[in-house]
Amino acid sequence: MSTATATAQDHAHEEHHEMGFLEKYIFPTDHKMIGMQYMFTGMFMAAVGGYFAYAFRMQLAFPGMDVPFFGQVTPQAYNMLVTNHGTIMIFWVAMPVLIAGFGNYLIPLMIGCDDMVFPRINRLSYQVFFVSTVVLILSFFVQGGGFGGAWTAYPPLSSVPEYNLTNWGSSLWLVAVALEIIAFLLGGINFITTTMNSRAPGMKMMDIPIVIWMINIAVIMFMASVGPLIAGAVMLFMDQRIGTTFFLPSGGGDPILWQHLFWFFGHPEVYVVLFPTLGLVADVITTFSRKKLWGYRTILYTTIATGGLAFVVWAHHQFIAGIDPRMANVFVVTTLLISIPIAEIMFCYIATLFGGSIRFTVPMLWAIGFLMTFLLGGVTGIYLGASGLDIYFHDSYFVIAHFHYTFFPITIIGMFGALYYWYPKMFGRHLNEFWGKVHFWGTLIPFNCIFLPLFLLGMAGQHRRIYNYEHFPDLASPDLQGMRVFATASLIIMLLFQIPFLINFFGSMFIGRKAEPNPWKANTLEWTVPSPPGHGNFKELPSVYRGPYEYSVPGNREDYWPQHMPDRN
Amino acid sequence: MMHSPVATRRTVTGIPTGRLAVWWVLASEVFIFGGLIMCFLLYKFNDAPGFEDASMTNTPAGAFNTFVLLTSSLTIVLAHAAAEKGELKKCFNFIWCTIFGGLVFAVVKLYEYTSKIFPEWYHTPATHEPITILSNVFWSFYFTATGLHALHVLGGMVIMAMISQDVLKGRNLQRVELIGLYWHFVDIVWIFLFPILYIANF
Repeated sequence: MSTATATAQDHAHEEHHEMGFLEKYIFPTDHKMIGMQYMFTGMFMAAVGGYFAYAFRMQLAFPGMDVPFFGQVTPQAYNMLVTNHGTIMIFWVAMPVLIAGFGNYLIPLMIGCDDMVFPRINRLSYQVFFVSTVVLILSFFVQGGGFGGAWTAYPPLSSVPEYNLTNWGSSLWLVAVALEIIAFLLGGINFITTTMNSRAPGMKMMDIPIVIWMINIAVIMFMASVGPLIAGAVMLFMDQRIGTTFFLPSGGGDPILWQHLFWFFGHPEVYVVLFPTLGLVADVITTFSRKKLWGYRTILYTTIATGGLAFVVWAHHQFIAGIDPRMANVFVVTTLLISIPIAEIMFCYIATLFGGSIRFTVPMLWAIGFLMTFLLGGVTGIYLGASGLDIYFHDSYFVIAHFHYTFFPITIIGMFGALYYWYPKMFGRHLNEFWGKVHFWGTLIPFNCIFLPLFLLGMAGQHRRIYNYEHFPDLASPDLQGMRVFATASLIIMLLFQIPFLINFFGSMFIGRKAEPNPWKANTLEWTVPSPPGHGNFKELPSVYRGPYEYSVPGNREDYWPQHMPDRN
Repeated sequence: MMHSPVATRRTVTGIPTGRLAVWWVLASEVFIFGGLIMCFLLYKFNDAPGFEDASMTNTPAGAFNTFVLLTSSLTIVLAHAAAEKGELKKCFNFIWCTIFGGLVFAVVKLYEYTSKIFPEWYHTPATHEPITILSNVFWSFYFTATGLHALHVLGGMVIMAMISQDVLKGRNLQRVELIGLYWHFVDIVWIFLFPILYIANF
């Protein structure tokens, strides 16, 4: 395989002419604009998901209260809120922002190419995603309200309208998720093909920025894990609408099978969203440590190993679902094993920080915040992975606190690091540094105040999916209720601290300090073009001479050494 | 009219981009059908009720369809060979032979479905009770799996008809190979469905 088969065809630009508003912003084929569409849709949905969290946390802290800006939270509404909070945050925030948003924006820029290989399929991918968003939002307003059977949609609760009381909501929910999956399959095929086929001349496998590797590994994992869920979703949909009994014991079906299909997807999915963030954080940490990324190959190979292992851990979600205890043994071992490669990657990042000349810029704060909070999420996962402990912890708030300590750092903290880092490239202006730091501390501290009490509540035996703890005298004691109020108050503080961010984010687009092409003095190719890059990215497509992380190389005048530069810097 | 988008034409791997993408599409399809077939086998090995009905599927019709589908795969290969040599008319004809094969497959499928759902149409008095997707888990799988496969056949036929128009004008000839890859995949899925649904009388 030759990496230098760039030909005269290589630069097949059509002549540029001015595009109208519709073509540029509404139906673009430009990967940067599509990435932004995904990102803004994700931000909007994050606001919806946050609003849902606010409503049900208020109900838990002050049962029966008339929640401001929402009203009474009925039991049915409570179920709908928690279900769709989970669904939205995974499928409509984490996936579109981390994979589709940053993937679309960064892949062609970082591999030195003018656009994705299939720009029209890329556009189609966003359009399908947009329709899926509309369908999901519509499902909240149909008769019976939105689906309330948890984001895992276990049958028979999810398949029998008499049980879930949302005849249409549950089917629309399923259709929305299916459309969303189709959108990401379209986008994913584009991502992998682009990375495989369109790298700049000279960019060898080990010269690819680690974030591009991570996004591609995530996409391949997504493709390999989502297939059985699609098959399962077809079966569940027919159970709902036609009356088949694939997952109904009364007709010879098996509800546990859905759990297997769902978690065969659902567990790799955790790593599908984790990997892009690990990659984004790696770039931020390396740039601001002014030091080579420690163990590029180690990180890459452990990521691939984690990706493989992630496919054989799924049944740890089902330890008490009635699976064979001998099978549980196997899954305990694989689950505990997977913490080894992840720890290895974390150590590589810490080793990158070690001895570097660290710059505590805003993106760097978020990146380090990610490492510290994600560590807690990983460590508590070991408790849950042991089947004996899991019998007690299963479906308690300990689980909730654990997975929020993984997903929140991934989706919010790490993502903000990347957003603050690439914002000057995306919009051509700098964010305000002071308000960035306010936003960071105002998010990180309340986040811990929300979820540390939930660990304690979980250990005290607080079961999840309970609408009003006053009905359970053991769980309604003043100290437990106090912790619930504390968590809810912290959530409101955290949500309020997003307001300065929004003002900073949208305001800086117009009044921020103008950004030079390479404000952070970073090496990768996206920093060689003006901020923001024009349509077609590069005036002249670059060639690559070295890996992306050559910082502080002895013999250079500068402490960075861009990939496209033939001579010493 | 929108202008054509900026897009790279590099092939770093040496594999044309379209072919690479189709392989990835097929890879993701493998997991969809793989998941479905795996579910079927899990139910079967757990002795779910109703799987003895596998003896009621129409094995001769299934065998005939296997023959038709395999033959149509041959004709799409011949179409690809003709496209490589630039024999456009011949390529066009072979593509339509393939579409005809898909059509025969669909008609036989339609006969099978109707003879299960409306047995009285073919024998009076009917030789068995009407069988639908709701009859039991085996028939749910039978109709779901073959139905999903039939949708793939129909989709492939439509795409082939569109490609054949391009072929006459000598445009986008690489697409003949791409749809050929897809058609072989549809074929291979049937090679798995035929034994588990028709031959094996559990």
